[in-house]
Amino acid sequence: MEDTFVLAGTTFSSRLIIGTGKYRSNDEMKAAHTASGAEMVTVAVNRVPLDRSSESFLDHLDPKMRILPNTAGCYDADHAIRTARLAREALETDWLKLEVIGDPVTLFPDNEQTLEAAKVLVKEGFIVLPYFTDDLIMAKKLLDAGCAAVMPLAAPIGSGMGVQNPANLRIMREQLPDATIIVDAGVGVPSDAAIAMELGADAILMNTAIAESPDPAAMARAMKLGVEAGRLAYRAGRMPKRLYASASSPIQGAIRP
Amino acid sequence: MVEITLNGTPRSVESSTSISTLVEELAMPERRLAVELNGIVVRKADWPETILKADDRIEIVHFVGGG
Repeated sequence: MEDTFVLAGTTFSSRLIIGTGKYRSNDEMKAAHTASGAEMVTVAVNRVPLDRSSESFLDHLDPKMRILPNTAGCYDADHAIRTARLAREALETDWLKLEVIGDPVTLFPDNEQTLEAAKVLVKEGFIVLPYFTDDLIMAKKLLDAGCAAVMPLAAPIGSGMGVQNPANLRIMREQLPDATIIVDAGVGVPSDAAIAMELGADAILMNTAIAESPDPAAMARAMKLGVEAGRLAYRAGRMPKRLYASASSPIQGAIRP
Repeated sequence: MVEITLNGTPRSVESSTSISTLVEELAMPERRLAVELNGIVVRKADWPETILKADDRIEIVHFVGGG
């Protein structure tokens, strides 16, 4: 059965969204993007260098990729709103990964400022995809504000620790059955991606786990398979957990000593 | 000459310099740029008529790798 991922009216066949940061070379990045099967990649907004050393980073991306600009590096709503408006002007896209950081050590989101920025940007016609702490109440507030999806973290950005609070993700899925939930940040290996998808995430956004692998293209393919395995398992439905064994082979009819 | 701040750095430009001229002078290969003047985005169509004044704060951004 076909299982496409619809986000803000756009249909994707891949449930993996990947970043463009931290790659050792543009060629490695391109190979990883191809291997991942992703159809959307994130980019960051940055001041142009004034020493004529700039190059067109976007030219290194597959033209078929949808580009999702982020507001990385913003520490308050006003800064994120300004960055979003610049991104929209330059890329002619309303899509935005909204990210307002609260602290440079953990890179945990400032949920209050994120919500404030989301309210303004939704009114301005942005398709807002907010990165936030994996909290159900915050998710509800962001959705009420008109965000197209919610993007809870699994673990700190770039930590590779995997889903630290599976109960929160499961509760969010159960309580918000119609919401689009994209796990953003913290995935380290394909089993982390599979776990997030098994818990009911609609998609996963990751960067470091692929970019920092010694073989990004191979890891990108592994992540693709992890996401697909988790999604298939979620749709199939898991068996109940039991404390004691339940024999798989018939006990009746076994020969006796 | 007019003193402005470009991407956080003080800079002198000829009087009557427009945003278009400034961007051309910087000779950046990327076409997908955005410009903010004193905190407000200036649409590309308005770059030729937007003349820089003393103490203007200009931000010119492009895109880089990110997550």
